[in-house]
Amino acid sequence: MIDEALRPHLVEFLLRHGDDRLVLGHRLAEWCGHGPALEEDIALANCALDFTGQANLMLGLAGSVEGKGRDQDALAYFRDEREFRNVQLVELPRGDFGVTMVRQLLFDAYDVLFLEALQRSAYEDLAGIAAKAYKEARYHLRHSAEWVVMLGDGTGESHERAQRALDELWRYGPELFDMDEGDRALASAGIVPDLAPLEPRWRERVEEVFARATLAVPTGGFRAKGGRRGVHTEHLGHLLAEMQIVARSHPGASW
Amino acid sequence: MTARARPTREELLALLDTVKDPEVPVVSVVELGVVRDVAVEGDEIVVTITPTYSGCPAMREIEDEIVRALQAEGHAPVRVRTVFAPAWTTDWIGPAAREKLRAYGIAPPGMAPSADDDLVPLRRRRETVRCPYCDSPDTTLRSEFGSTACKSIRFCDACRQPFEQFKAI
Repeated sequence: MIDEALRPHLVEFLLRHGDDRLVLGHRLAEWCGHGPALEEDIALANCALDFTGQANLMLGLAGSVEGKGRDQDALAYFRDEREFRNVQLVELPRGDFGVTMVRQLLFDAYDVLFLEALQRSAYEDLAGIAAKAYKEARYHLRHSAEWVVMLGDGTGESHERAQRALDELWRYGPELFDMDEGDRALASAGIVPDLAPLEPRWRERVEEVFARATLAVPTGGFRAKGGRRGVHTEHLGHLLAEMQIVARSHPGASW
Repeated sequence: MTARARPTREELLALLDTVKDPEVPVVSVVELGVVRDVAVEGDEIVVTITPTYSGCPAMREIEDEIVRALQAEGHAPVRVRTVFAPAWTTDWIGPAAREKLRAYGIAPPGMAPSADDDLVPLRRRRETVRCPYCDSPDTTLRSEFGSTACKSIRFCDACRQPFEQFKAI
């Protein structure tokens, strides 16, 4: 059972990480029918399905921990932009295949470390969801790391596009490791992992892949933040409009 | 529904063994390890299942089929409970079910990866997967992602046939 003082923090945590997956899953699903090859089209749709499934589990748990009668559908389709808690990285437009794959590598490398640690949560329901998702994150990472090496260390064109993607996306990576007071309270109780020690391990892993891909990691520059508090780029509103229109036009519909 | 004598766990498992995976209809949900347990609790039959993948779209249908199969034999009420731990692994698929997969044209899974060195490209152990049609070991991975979340696509360089493999997780 959850300590009452921690309950709102846990809801917030589940919304943050559920929203990451919901929004990223939607971005990946945008590739369906547009992939560069049939196998890739299928691969991206498969990954989209995994992320959407994970979002379903995390938002479902958020709703039940919150205890106010909101289920995963209410949370996914009837919250507005400022109520979404995902990092900005996942909401950026899918761009070209290079942008999509560099973003996946940044996220997947984080996700393997995050879920690996979250499996040890003292909160059993959360640990179970993490253990399931961890297995998926591993083959996601194999997929994106392989593509980043192929694109970076590929043709002049693919290298240039992958480098441009990395230059654009790099500053959005560190937000994945941001924590606030609520997260720290949950971490002290052993319910969620401390994300700070994961960041150097993440950097080491992605930098190894970028080195193999002959891509240069940008230095300096600003560090994007705000998504965890509901501050988003201009892109999230457009994504939500598309994602939520059917549910909002036909409230209560089922099929 | 007529009242019956309390069924044993073995009887219930045998009934559940008739419920096939909707996407791979040669193996049952018991053989796949999706059914973790079945028990009589009070006057209710509780079936515990675990999903193969977080987003597996067949889970709802599997639940409905489980309830239907038990109710058809007069067992009611039935409750299906979903658990996530321990997480499903293809290591739970036994030798008989692996052979059924192969005969159906799907190469069975290898051992689930354990160490994390497979996450670094070029440092991975490449497993030998035999073609389910001609048994040649001369096959290559085309994509880790196939027609369903649980399968990858391979190609047999001996008989020139693409085929699917149940992916090891």
